[in-house]
Amino acid sequence: MNIDVTVDTKGMACPMPIVKGKKALDSMRKGQIMELLSTDRGALNDFQAWVKQSPNEWISHEEKNGVHRFLIRKG
Amino acid sequence: MNRFNQENQEDQEFRASRGTNAAIEGAKPAALPVGAGEIARAVIDRTPLFILDVRNAEAYADWRIEGDAVESVNVPYFDLLEDAEPALLRLPGEGPVIVVCAKEGSAQFVADRLVEAGRGDVRYLAGGMKAWSEHLEPVKIGDLKAGGELYQFVRLGKGCLSYMILSDGEAAVVDALRMTDAFERFAASRGARIKHTIDTHLHADHISGGRKLAEESGADYWLPAKDADEVVFEFTPLEEGRTIRVGHAEIAIRPVYSPGHTIGSTSLIVDDRYLLSGDILFVASIGRPDLAGKAGDWAGDLRTTLYERYESLSGELTVLPAHFGRLSELGEDGSVSARLGELFANNPGLNIGSEDDFRQAVTTNLPSQPNAYREIRRANMGRIVPNEAEQSEMEIGPNRCAIHDQSSTPEGEGK
Repeated sequence: MNIDVTVDTKGMACPMPIVKGKKALDSMRKGQIMELLSTDRGALNDFQAWVKQSPNEWISHEEKNGVHRFLIRKG
Repeated sequence: MNRFNQENQEDQEFRASRGTNAAIEGAKPAALPVGAGEIARAVIDRTPLFILDVRNAEAYADWRIEGDAVESVNVPYFDLLEDAEPALLRLPGEGPVIVVCAKEGSAQFVADRLVEAGRGDVRYLAGGMKAWSEHLEPVKIGDLKAGGELYQFVRLGKGCLSYMILSDGEAAVVDALRMTDAFERFAASRGARIKHTIDTHLHADHISGGRKLAEESGADYWLPAKDADEVVFEFTPLEEGRTIRVGHAEIAIRPVYSPGHTIGSTSLIVDDRYLLSGDILFVASIGRPDLAGKAGDWAGDLRTTLYERYESLSGELTVLPAHFGRLSELGEDGSVSARLGELFANNPGLNIGSEDDFRQAVTTNLPSQPNAYREIRRANMGRIVPNEAEQSEMEIGPNRCAIHDQSSTPEGEGK
């Protein structure tokens, strides 16, 4: 999958992962894909809840060595 | 591909909005923190509290700060990043507001925004729901006949109860929670050395602090052998007939074998006056037999324990359980207790007529299991060794150890 923007929030606590992810999405074009990296488990659930109520699309999530990586398509 | 720099502008803006910076620079007003202990006292004293919980809706529905005089609303912080207005609309026009999130950062962020927007009297919960879950409030239950005291430690955020029996410079801790420093500090403040830590059973809803506290204090760790088939550490078997002494020679802790919640569950009669019932009998309910996967096998044991063994004990004993399910079980001073005779009259779990009905009640339509209960059991056996963050994650949510505990998430939806 072609990733257009990567947002690295490793080591950051809430609310920063969402603050940064949202800011990045605001600057993207519809259909582009954002990859967000986070070490905060709570941010994952919050991001999922936020995306659900936004026009954006949740694509996937995976975890490796404590780093959550999720992909979101700008809607 | 363009990569966002970690040290970009909004980081700086975020930091600049924080308390100390703001105070020094006189830039933006900032909200102040409030500790979990202050919230606990308010809940116990039924002081009105207004809480703005900014976690996601699912987390809020599953578990939140509750109390007779607590009013709370849920507006997730991610709906408030640019504008605090959606939260302001849900708040009372005046009076104190506490903003709460999982750990602290998001609540602090939102509280600052509210203060900036001109809403005074806003504080945020320091340490978030994690701190709330871990806070222990000691409440004195009574004096011991030959000299000494019995304290209950109320974990409001989780519904867990631990006990400390103090006499003549010695202490025993029963069903200790993993926040062992709270027990160590309390014993030290009373000039007592912890000599025994006792678990009434292998816990499935919280990580036991019994073994750790025993190691740190040089105490004996007592655990029922029948619950310890799979444990990987040394312990002293908690058995009926083996009296445990604390301090003054006349202070006795007498184990009473009382299976049903687990096969090893053992109650303790302290000073011939108090019945520490573990997870067998609660104030408003009775224990569930299914958390080790053996509801059918243990239902009969549970009935025999409650309807024969406990029935034969003095109705004057004060029952002190290891959990409560609802805040309404707390007395005026925040303690959870009841006379055994009263419970035989009023507790629905002690008033089920036939054996069939009893079996039905304790094996069907049970609340969803406590969060991560299988892993918690394994951790309490010493078979897995989660770090502190993992332990805290495993314990999230209510305890749900009683058959009548409410399940706020529908069956099967629990994580």
